[in-house]
Formats: sequence, C-alpha cells, structure tokens
Amino acid sequence: MQVPAYVEYEKATSVDHALTLLARFGPEARVLAGGHSLIPMMKLRLAQPETLIDINGLTGLSYIEVTDGELRIGAMTRHAQLLDSAVAGQRFAILHDAERVIADPVVRLWGTVGGSLCQADPSEDLSAAFAALKATMVIQNLTGTRTVHAREFHTGPYETVVAPGELLTEIRIAIVPGGGSAYQKVGRRVGDWPIGAAGAAIWLDNGSDSGTIADAGIGLTAVGAEHFSAAAAEDFLRGAPATQETFARAGQIAAEHCRPVSDQRGPADYKRHLAGELTARALGAALARATGAGPLPPVQRSPGQRSPGSPRPRRGGS
Amino acid sequence: MSPVSDHLPNGPYGPVPRKEDARFVRGRGTFVDDIKLPGMLHGAVLRSPLAHARIVSIDTAAAEAHPSVEAVITGDMLAGRNLAWMPTLSADVQAVLATDKVRFQGQEVAFVVARDRYSARDAIELITVEYEPLPPVIDARTALDPDAAVIRDDLPGKADNRIFDWAAGDREATDAVFAAADVVVDCDMLYPRVHPAPLETCGVVADMDHVSGRLTVWATTQAPHAHRTLYALITGLPEHKIRVVSPDVGGGFGNKVPIYPGYLCAIVGSILTGRPVKWVEDRSENLMSTSFARDYHMHGEIAATRDGKILGLRAKVLADHGAFNGAAQPTKFPAGFFHIFTGSYDLQAAYCEVTGVYTNKAPGGVAYSCSFRITEAVYLVERMVDLLARELGMDAAGLRMQNLLRPEQFPYTCPTGWVYDSGDYPRALRAAMDLAGYEDLRREQTARRERGEYMGIGVSFFTEGVGAGPRKQMDILGLGMADGADLRIYPTGKAVLSVSCQTQGQGHETTFAQIVAAELGLSPDDVEVVHGDTDRTPFGLGTYGSRSTAVSGAAAVVAARKARERARIVAAAMMEVSADDLEWTEGAWRVRGDPEQAASIAAIAMAAHSGLDLPDGVEGHLDTETVYNPPNLTFPFGAYICVTDVDPGTGQVAVRRFIAVDDCGVRINPMIVEGQVHGGLADGIGMALMQAIAFDADGNCLGGSFMDYLLPSAVECPSWELGATVTPSPHHPIGAKGIGESATVGSPAAVVNSVIDALAPLGVRHADMPLTPAAVWSAIQGRPLRSDLAITD
Repeated sequence: MQVPAYVEYEKATSVDHALTLLARFGPEARVLAGGHSLIPMMKLRLAQPETLIDINGLTGLSYIEVTDGELRIGAMTRHAQLLDSAVAGQRFAILHDAERVIADPVVRLWGTVGGSLCQADPSEDLSAAFAALKATMVIQNLTGTRTVHAREFHTGPYETVVAPGELLTEIRIAIVPGGGSAYQKVGRRVGDWPIGAAGAAIWLDNGSDSGTIADAGIGLTAVGAEHFSAAAAEDFLRGAPATQETFARAGQIAAEHCRPVSDQRGPADYKRHLAGELTARALGAALARATGAGPLPPVQRSPGQRSPGSPRPRRGGS
Repeated sequence: MSPVSDHLPNGPYGPVPRKEDARFVRGRGTFVDDIKLPGMLHGAVLRSPLAHARIVSIDTAAAEAHPSVEAVITGDMLAGRNLAWMPTLSADVQAVLATDKVRFQGQEVAFVVARDRYSARDAIELITVEYEPLPPVIDARTALDPDAAVIRDDLPGKADNRIFDWAAGDREATDAVFAAADVVVDCDMLYPRVHPAPLETCGVVADMDHVSGRLTVWATTQAPHAHRTLYALITGLPEHKIRVVSPDVGGGFGNKVPIYPGYLCAIVGSILTGRPVKWVEDRSENLMSTSFARDYHMHGEIAATRDGKILGLRAKVLADHGAFNGAAQPTKFPAGFFHIFTGSYDLQAAYCEVTGVYTNKAPGGVAYSCSFRITEAVYLVERMVDLLARELGMDAAGLRMQNLLRPEQFPYTCPTGWVYDSGDYPRALRAAMDLAGYEDLRREQTARRERGEYMGIGVSFFTEGVGAGPRKQMDILGLGMADGADLRIYPTGKAVLSVSCQTQGQGHETTFAQIVAAELGLSPDDVEVVHGDTDRTPFGLGTYGSRSTAVSGAAAVVAARKARERARIVAAAMMEVSADDLEWTEGAWRVRGDPEQAASIAAIAMAAHSGLDLPDGVEGHLDTETVYNPPNLTFPFGAYICVTDVDPGTGQVAVRRFIAVDDCGVRINPMIVEGQVHGGLADGIGMALMQAIAFDADGNCLGGSFMDYLLPSAVECPSWELGATVTPSPHHPIGAKGIGESATVGSPAAVVNSVIDALAPLGVRHADMPLTPAAVWSAIQGRPLRSDLAITD
C-alpha cells in the first residue's frame, strides 16, 4: 500500500471560504477537486502539500449552461457530466470526443474539468480541446475575478497562472455559428494518457457552404506544442479552402512547430508525425461536422457511465 | 440454492460452479493483507534509487529516533547473523539487504519496523545513504564487453558478467541440414522484459514466538512447502518449527514462486521485536523489484526446402537475468525448457545456444506463465515459420499444416530430446481454421488490401510442456518436483483432500473435488480441498509451470483410487463376498452378476469405522496418502488465429477476433479451463501490444506503475472464440494435461504474426513487441527492432 505523508485537511463550504482558507494556509496548501491526479501523486510522495483544501462541497461550481452567447462550464463539473451534456455536445462535439477518451468511467465520474486544467499535465486532453476552442478561463480571488485566455493559462508543465490564493471557477467558450469541432487521440491503451492528440475547431465563411475557412483553432497535447496550440497552422488555415490538401498541409505545419520528447510512449519523430496526422484528421472531422456532411457520431453511453444526477462516488474526499 | 450436483450434466466432470467464488464475490476472501494479529508491527523497505553504486555509508540514527519505530535493519546487521545474502532458486545468491553495492534500481537497502504503516514509510525517508555511483550495465548486448563494469564482484574470482553458456541439440547435424537446405531465413527478435503483475502484490506476516520457538509465516506464495524448507535453510530455524500459510492469493503467474528479501526482513524484524511484522509491498515495489519474465534477445534461423518442407532450426540467445540469477526453474535447465523450441513441427535437426548475463536490473527471468521459457521458444519458432512462409510465398496456415507432426508419430522424440506424449495437431489447426472461417478471412483480406486497408491474419501453433516433472530429471534446490496428496474419508462418507499445490485463482478447490468425487462416486459438494498450510498438507513443490492438474491432480487420483481399493476390502467383508467378486460400477462396489448387492463409499466408510470385523489390509479407515512422481511432462497444444486491423497512419492495432483451439487432454471442469484460456489470451494481448518493463540508459525503471506498465482491458480484448479437441495424455491417470499457461504461451505469436501480416504490403517482415502505436509506426519506417532501452530517438 502506498501511503501519503502527513497532511492537514480543510473542507471548504463556499468559494469565499475556499479562498479564505487558501489565503490562510499559503502556498503549501493545495486545492483538492476530484483528486485523481493529486492523491496518487501524494501516495507516491511526489506531492507533499501541507494542507488539502477540499472544494468538493462547492456544488455551485458544477454547471453547464449557455449565457450571453457563451457556453459556461463550472470548474467543479465532473468529466462524466460534460460527457453527458447535450448542451455542450451539440455546440462543441470536440468536448464529447475528448471526454470519451479521458481515463475510464470511474475516474470520469469524480474527476473535474477545473481540476484537470489546474493540474496542467502536459498530456492533458481538455487543455488541448479548450485551446482549440479558444476558451476563456475565469479565475477568482478574494478581491474579485479575472479572465485569462486558454492559451495564456498554462505557464509550463504542471504550472498555470492561477496564483496561490486563487481558484479557477469557470471556463467560457464563445458560440460562433458555422463551426464544427473534433478531437483525435492515440494512446497505448484505452484510458491511457495520449501519446499524441489533436483537437480542431473550424468556422467557415458565411455559414457552411462557401468552403472557405474563416477561422480555425488547433489544440495539441503531449507533443510539446506551445500553449497546447498550433498558431502557425491556424494562420495558414485562415482564408484557405477547406480541403483535405489544406488540412494535410496544416498538419505538417503543426508538426513542424511542436517539440515532442522521446519517452516510453514513443520516440519524438513518431509523436511529431502523429501531431500532423491527427491534426489533419481532426480538421477533416471538424469540417464534416461544420457542413453537416458527415454523420455526427452519437454519444455512446458505455455501461459504466451514468447520468450526472446519479453518480455515487465510492470514495469520499478524493 | 440447489446443490452443485444438480448442475452436473456428466457426473462430477463438467462446468461445476467454482466453490471458492462464493467467498470472493462476497468480499470474504482472506488475503495476506487481511491478516491482523495482536501487537502486529509494519515494515517498509528503503530501496536504492540507483542502478549501480557502491554504498559508502548508511545513517539510520534519525529513523531510529522516530517515536513509532521499533527497529531499523541494515545489511551490516544481517551480515552479523549470516543473513545478508540468501540463495536464489538458480543456485546463485542474492542480497537480502545490500552491504557492499546496490545492483539495480529498487534493490533493498534497509528495513524499518514501526507501529504503523505510515510511520514505517515516514521513517524510510529519515535514513541517509551515501552512494558512490558506478557505471551501470543496462543493455544486455553490452554486458560482455571487455570494459563493462563487473556487477557481481561479490562472487569470488568473477571478472565479467557472464552467468552461463548452455546449448542443446546436435550442432553438427543442424549445420549439415542448413548447408543442404534450399532456403534459410533468419531474424533477430527481442522478447522484452515483462512482469506478471498479479493484482495482489507480494507480502508476508511473520510471527516468531520465542516461547514455543515456532515461526509462522503468512505469505502470498505459490509454493508454501518449498518456502518452509528455504526459510529453514537460510535462517537455521528447525523446519518442524516453521509453518507457512498461504491464504487466498490474488494471482501469482510465477511472481510468487521465489522468496523475496522483504520476507526475510519481516522474519528478522519479528525475531528482533518478538512481535508479528507485516510487510506488504506496494505496486511500484512489485513491478520494480520482484520476478520479471523474458528479456530474451534471440537470433533465429530456419531451413527448408523450396516446396516448404521445414528441415532445421537454429537459435542463439542472449538471456538477461538481471543483477542476481534468480530464475525459478529446474536446476538442470539454466534456460528452462527453451530447447523445446522446435515446437510442433517434424524437422530433422535443431540446435540452440543460450548465454546468460548479469545486468543492473531486477532479478528473475522465469515468471508470467511462461512454462519455464516455452513462451520464448514458441514465439521464436512461430515467428520463424511465418517468416519462412513469407519467403516461400506460402500461406501461413498451409505451411504449418504441411509440417505439423502427424498423429501416428506420437510418442514423439523431438530433436532436442523431449518426448511428446500425445497429440493430433492437424485436427486442432483444422478446427481453428474452421472456427475462424480462414479461407473467407483470406478473401476478405485480399479485397481490403485492394482498398488500401490493412487487415492481418496471424496463426500460431504451440506445443506446451507442463507438469514438471520427473524428479530424477527435475528439482529446485535439490527438491524433486513431486507432489503429495492426503485423502481422509469421514464415517459419513464426506472426504477431505489435502494437497501440496496452492491455488492463486485457478479453482483448485473445485477441480480437485471433482477429481476425487469422480473416483469415489461422490458429489463434489462432499469433498473439501485443503491447501496452502504446511501444517495441514503433505509436502510438495507447489503451483507453477501449469503443474497442478498434471502432478497434484494425478496425486489426488492415485490417493482416491487407493482409498477405493481399501473400500473394496471393507465392502467384501460387509457383503460377505470375496473382494475379487466385486466390481466398481456406477459409483459403488457391486457384486459381479448381482448389481443390486452394492455398497457406496459412504456406507463403506461407516462400516470401516464400525465394529465390523475387518480383513487384512485395512486397519480401520479408508484414509490414504500418496506422492506422485510424474513419469514425463504432459504436452498440451493448440492452434490460435488472430485477426487484426492496423491503421498505418497512427500505428494503432485493433484485435478484431481471436480464435483459440486448445487441447489440454481431458477437461475436468471445462468452464474453469475456458476461464484460464481467457486470462492467458488477455495476457498475450498485453505482451504483444502494450507491455514492457523498460529502462533508460541510467537503469531507471520506467515501468514502475500501472500508468506505464499497461494491463489490457476489455476494450483491447475481443470476445474470445474458443474451441477444443481432446487428446488424453497416455501417462496421466485421468488423461489430463494442464491448461494454466497454454494461452500465454501461444497467443503473443499469433497477435504479432497478425500485425506483421497486416503490414506485409508495406514491406514489414518483423517488429518487436510490444507493438505499441509507436513501434508499429517505427516498423513501417524501417525500424523493426526494439532496443533494450525504452527511449530511443
């Protein structure tokens, strides 16, 4: 049995309470959301926070809604809830694509969207999905809130702009017509972190029939892409015809700009290849959705997956 | 619930529900970590962060000052008791706690005994060890370089990293066959280091009672009796004062055959403190330090005529045994049973050479359901036959069918001396091809290839050799590989069978009850099986190498038949007839010609304990005992076909279908047999597609968690399609052969052959396991071979 080191535990009852606790316990305190990354790291003693501030009681941060032309996702929304959300999936299919390949049903029932983003693992799927969607993050502290673009959220592996004493509370995505999105991931096994993955969002000029790309977003993860994105490939796509040739070239550009490292998941050249291949495939799938040309894959409910109203996590506090 | 006997279609043999499942599905099993004794302390091991380093100093003062710590044990303390080193199962020695050097990352350096698990773990961090790093030897291919660091300088006169050179077969005859052959194909291939990864990690509770002088060891072991003898030999405690109890075991797969340093540390901890000490390793400790499997660098050559007659086989192997030679296998066979590598084919000559080397990696080598390295042998020959088929432009199944041993050749002596007991190989292959719809699959493949789709059909055929073994030829540390059985029949006709083998999930409590029930005309419900406690069971070497049914199962039959013969004498007295006038039919002794005059075992057992005048030959009960020394191995076999779809753009492999036809002789409980096959096939998918205990150049283990050492899930496994043929073993008393490892032995080659077949249009002829997306893509780029090191650019 792997056992963590001694740690203090505090349970927050409101966002303000959580922020007060964070201020009181300082930089050695860590926020406990779903805990599916933090607790294993603590058991391995790779993380040894002095205090855990449990925010699982903040049910007010668990929501998915459309407000002011934006999709808004509360930071404590569980992965399973996002995967189950028709509101999210109808507008941004990429979110369902990504959620379907994150870990396994048990982890998805308790792991949170905000926790995943703040953990800031360089192989995180949602970081790429939100980068592709050009989302905005809402961060709160005791003096107020501020918003940060998804592409400015991460400052490095396992590091974000969320400062000690702050809490990520919401993710916002602007709803723009004429768009489609998709996510493609390759792992060694179901539920594994990606060897490489690409998300793409595409918006066509004047609605869906012109065939010209008005704007595009590309998110890449696990391949050393700056800010989980591929800005040069996006520049190339803007104004270009939406064809497989364009997508293949965009994939090449994305591949050239990422800096993958060799590890046991694969050598760098393979990951670079994968970045290009998956970018092109994701763009193709996103286009099919934008134009309605391809069938939208239905959300399959796997046996272990339940509706958000019913999840009963087996373990409290982690 | 209705009794088990209501579910019996054909007497006691049949798909009887497993007796042990009732407690497992209710969460009422008892595993080592469930053992809680009054005053019990908890141990934790400090492990080396480095692969190769000299120990300059160890400072335990701060750990000893921890308020909850009861003892801190170091190698120097053990050396004072002559316990710093222990024998391995391959006649080498292994450090219990390092005294001079550390030789692999994760090696045991110190042991803390504390009042709770958390404190023990905390105190580990208070120990300061100063290391002087030494150059590590990680890639086995460099281990014999003249400038390679000598890992085992503890061995007198040891000046290199060579463990052994060993050969089997007829070199000259093989060379002659190769020289005359039309076609010779060769290939380098690595069977990577993998790990059995049982879901229950290894652990022990040691309880030394200084008043009685008795040591009780609760342990997750596949071989409780052998462990008792080892503990006696190592510690000097008298063997009759040692009791080893193996409670429920959550998977073994060979991982739980050896004893590990943590076990001895817990025993020493209990001796020092006079209190029970529990030590249960965590997942990373299990993956990083306990018995691994494989790590065979193989070069294969196959010779044939142009029309596809296989003539000969040659193999040269570099075997990486890690820092200590701790392979658990019969003493006379340093490469295990690898030399059964001629497989299932009728060829003229074969020769193999194996060189074992030390590296700065965890010790082991024989585990993960490998049948003493027949897994490696089958992988080699089945890859070579596929390569030959490709070279000759022949169908992979057709070439096999042409060269398989024919039924009339059995018993068959293979070129390296094994005597296969029985088989009908073409029937099994034909059954698999029929189940698969082989010819239709080939047509589909052709059509898909025209559309640019990559579909593979992989075939493997294997011959297993299990049930070690004849004690004259096979022993471990001098203990002959025989197994005992005690059978007690109570007055009311209920029976208790005690056996020396130890279940780890195989369902012995059910299968062995069925065996006895069939012999005595009882219901399996009437037979209780006792195992896993050396105080309650007869001596024997335990469960590994698929030997339970082959050896202990035979012992159970022999014990039951002895009891039946005793019952015959009693029955004769009961019915006042001559024993010669009785015949055993329909579960009772009956008077010949007058079958109404009959006595069941229950009636006879009561009579045997009654005031009945008993004739000579029976003292007063029906109890019997036996030791079974198998006359030969049994040789299960099977034909496997795997269908895959490969995406060359990403390198992803999807296993679409897997067809497995197994012949394990007589099936006692077909449901349990199929369960064993299911598990082994999943293992095969894991090894072929995702598993490797990998290292970086510094010797850091990169497979130390289930995040990086991947177990296949239901998503990667298709719905298995199983078939069976039954060719009884002629020398086993009920014709059974054993099934435990067949699927693990046979399936990896089928998966790899399938993927290579899919990639054939791209010119790929080989790729090393595991065929991760990256490995498949690299093979398409012309880089088919996996380095010993995990990370390569």
